[in-house]
Amino acid sequence: MIHFVLLISRQGKVRLTKWYSPYSQKERSKVLRELSGLVISRGPKLCNFVEWRGLKVVYKRYASLYFCICNDQEDNELETLSIIHHYVETLDRYFGSVCELDLIFNFHKAYFILDEVLLAGMMQETSKRTTLRLIAAQEELVEAAKEEASSLSNIIAQATK
Amino acid sequence: MNPFSSGTRLRDMIRAIRACKTAAEERGVVRKECAAIRASINENDQDYRHRNMAKLMFIHMLGYPTHFGQMECLKLIASPGFPEKRIGYLGLMLLLDERQEVLMLVTNSLKQDLNHTNQYIVGLALCALGNICSAEMASDLAPEVERLLQFRDPNIRKKAALCSIRIIRKVPDLADNFINPATSLLREKHHGVLITGVQLCTDLCKTSTEALEHIRKKCTDGLVRTLKDLANSPYSPEYDIAGITDPFLHIRLLKLLRVLGEGDVDASDSMNDILAQVATKTESNKVAGNAILYECVQTIMSIEDNGGLRVLAINILGRFLSNRDNNIRYVALNMLMKAVTADAQAVQRHRVTILECVKDLDASIRKRALELVYVLVNETNVKPLVKELVDYLEVSDLDFRGDLTTKICSIVAKFSPDKIWYIDQMLKVLSEAGNFVNDEVWYALIVVISNASDLHGYTVRALYRAFQTSAEQETLVRVTVWCIGEYGDMLVNNVGMLDVEDPITVTESDTVDVVEIAIKRHASDLTTKAMALVALLKLSSRFPSCSKRIEEIIVQLKGNLELELQQRAIEFNSVIAKHQNIRSTLVERMPVLDEATFIGRRAGSLPGATSTATAPSVNLPNGVAKPAAPLVDLLDLSSDDVPVPSSSGGDFLHDLLGVDLSPALQQSGTGQGSKSGTDVLLDLLSIGSPSTQGNSSAVDILSSNISNKASVSPLDDLSPLSLSSRATSNAGPMMDLLDGISSTPPAENNGSVYPSITAFESSSLRLTFNFTKQPGNPQTTAIQATFMNLSSNTYTDFVFQAAVPKFLQLHLDPASGNTLPAAGNGSITQTLRVTNSQHGKKSLVMRIRIAYKVNGKDTLEEGQISNFPRDL
Repeated sequence: MIHFVLLISRQGKVRLTKWYSPYSQKERSKVLRELSGLVISRGPKLCNFVEWRGLKVVYKRYASLYFCICNDQEDNELETLSIIHHYVETLDRYFGSVCELDLIFNFHKAYFILDEVLLAGMMQETSKRTTLRLIAAQEELVEAAKEEASSLSNIIAQATK
Repeated sequence: MNPFSSGTRLRDMIRAIRACKTAAEERGVVRKECAAIRASINENDQDYRHRNMAKLMFIHMLGYPTHFGQMECLKLIASPGFPEKRIGYLGLMLLLDERQEVLMLVTNSLKQDLNHTNQYIVGLALCALGNICSAEMASDLAPEVERLLQFRDPNIRKKAALCSIRIIRKVPDLADNFINPATSLLREKHHGVLITGVQLCTDLCKTSTEALEHIRKKCTDGLVRTLKDLANSPYSPEYDIAGITDPFLHIRLLKLLRVLGEGDVDASDSMNDILAQVATKTESNKVAGNAILYECVQTIMSIEDNGGLRVLAINILGRFLSNRDNNIRYVALNMLMKAVTADAQAVQRHRVTILECVKDLDASIRKRALELVYVLVNETNVKPLVKELVDYLEVSDLDFRGDLTTKICSIVAKFSPDKIWYIDQMLKVLSEAGNFVNDEVWYALIVVISNASDLHGYTVRALYRAFQTSAEQETLVRVTVWCIGEYGDMLVNNVGMLDVEDPITVTESDTVDVVEIAIKRHASDLTTKAMALVALLKLSSRFPSCSKRIEEIIVQLKGNLELELQQRAIEFNSVIAKHQNIRSTLVERMPVLDEATFIGRRAGSLPGATSTATAPSVNLPNGVAKPAAPLVDLLDLSSDDVPVPSSSGGDFLHDLLGVDLSPALQQSGTGQGSKSGTDVLLDLLSIGSPSTQGNSSAVDILSSNISNKASVSPLDDLSPLSLSSRATSNAGPMMDLLDGISSTPPAENNGSVYPSITAFESSSLRLTFNFTKQPGNPQTTAIQATFMNLSSNTYTDFVFQAAVPKFLQLHLDPASGNTLPAAGNGSITQTLRVTNSQHGKKSLVMRIRIAYKVNGKDTLEEGQISNFPRDL
């Protein structure tokens, strides 16, 4: 099972955190501090796995971002690596060649997509197309609600003129 | 409108924060934003709630406190619109964790949303529930989730399946309700539902044996067919990764098959074919393919034996191990670790490659490889392997040395073919990485050296040489100093020269140099210095030519700031100055330390280690031989004008023997058995040193401190490594007499007899207590605990623990053994001493815990004993 997912920039800035196991807010910041130091300091040619507090952190660097997933010791590390890649590809399709700035300004969208890929620390959907279809459907709902609100305020505005 | 709740948009806030040049500037911007958000919250501003939450999440990610926004999440979730709910649930998952009480308030909203007509809102609720639900929420909402497993839309079914996993993990009792809906998910075609269904079933199998049996019987064949279809399926762009259709589903299916096949021959048989197919046909040039192969190997290794498949699996791992990709090598090492138990021979073939991995640049790979090497070592390959490891120790990273040293020491101790090799290897380790070695290791080394009488000369010379190059290694210094203290004369006279050695010329003053360096080195800690001081005392008698110099060193230490050293220096100085006649007997060589006891204690087999007796803080392995003689002389000392108050003569005695005060002394009663004791001791004294023996104060000291059993035990502890050994061999007649005194009175004088009780009885174990009290000390009760095994299995690693309330004091002696034969064919006894400070007011009460292994499985029994006889 996945305990948490982190996105850390090369400067150690946190871009996304998702916790599937109970970590208190204090523990979370400690974990972030420890892991960003551990992961960022590793050389480029080394393997993508770090053993940490009896768990295993699988990380991969894409451009300036480190994607880290913390797993149980007995989980398949190579699969976790594929999960990271799957998520990155989904983001890429959504944003159209994603970059760090996309994830900063649209961080909530990165979260929404992650919530369609993983749930409760498990793999939820393996089809990028399905994931994006679900996201699009929900965005339509949001748009519809906005339109409704604005048309409503228009009506009110006209009525009170 | 509030002037603070300016309508900066999320995008503008992020820009403003990113534009900050310093951390202080950033804090300023964040503070301003937080103030605006708070103001807006206070005004209960509906319009900006959505945006404020998004801002708060961003601020939270930067590491600032955002607890004030928690209630806003709940409000957003409770609002009717989808956009509000969406951001509200996201905020809930980010800003809260399951331990926070606020979370309970959301249960009702969740319940409503799980029943919502809009499937996306149901999806949001399921997502939040799956990611952060607590045990209470899990049991409240389980029926809803169970119902949603049959929802018409597959995207809800898959979310509900993963939610169920979380619920079962939080409340395992609910597992049975989910078995039927879970198995029906396995027949689905939709990959998302199928993969979540497979994961749910895997989790169910791990939680409940009933589920495991059910799924094994009903679903194994179906799963094998699904995997077969998947492996043979034609190219499908939606799920394709590097030419493989849905590797994630492959892996989850293999994982579930592993759980089903483990321990079941029929199920294992039915999956053999498909495993062989996956193992041979899967492409291994991409990560996804290798991930499947890796999972497949794990499954083959775990299910019931099939020789052919295992060979196939080990071959795959061999291929992995020679791969250039570090990730693949890492998982190969990881997997070989599990394969060792199945087929050690096959893994041994890769030994050379694995050993190379220990020296890899990558810390993760090194660690895995080292652990693997550790399990691969056996009697035949220990010498070359340890040589490689020790050679590597010299060039290894500092942060890896700790691990490496521990492993080498453990291998050497376990497999050493002879003592000289053991000593050689340990000296190498100590000189390279002595600072990483823990205390147990050098204790063990000293025990071994002490037992290898023909190697004393060789060892002390080797240590002398090692010291010249590696004096900065603390533990090496300690062992060197100890050996020089004991065998310094052998160093100077080249006694016991072996053929392999080069002769060296060391003078007496060179030897003293070593000890002086050790004692004056700034980095030396208290233990090292104290050991060096004892060594000096010993050398003073062995090297008469240097005794002047030694005395000077000791005199310098009389002003040391450390109380321990100062006291020792003063004592030793008076030994040297005033007691020339007894010095040589006082500092004789240590008796051979008892190897068996030490090893036994190290293995943790003596439960005494867990009792209340804590190890002395400064434990000096140097002691004094033949305690009978010095004991008498000590009396002489204590009546002399030494700067130690005579009332603490007993302490002084222990100190001089080089043993720190053992807790046993604190438990010694006062004046018990003193009448008879004094007489006998007086007699003894007159034998020992006739001159000063009229002195009554000496007698007092004796009667209060020596004539009870407790003060005998420090003498037992003379060899500080053997708590349980009863000093019999080297104790001499004096000891026997003392023993006699302490053990006779209870038998004769004990007026009150207490009935034995059955303190604890379960279906598998009975524990009886026998009570005895020493006269004159009504507060203390000695309890003899007897354990009987009522089952037909032998118990191993038997450990008894007990706890008492504050008004009681408990001391546990070591047990008679740690194996309890089956069906009452023997027993373990253990003595407990309980001191009741509220004697007469409160009776005894005790809580116990008994841990043991039955057929290698840990078992724990606990209980409370309150049926003690009233007047204990």
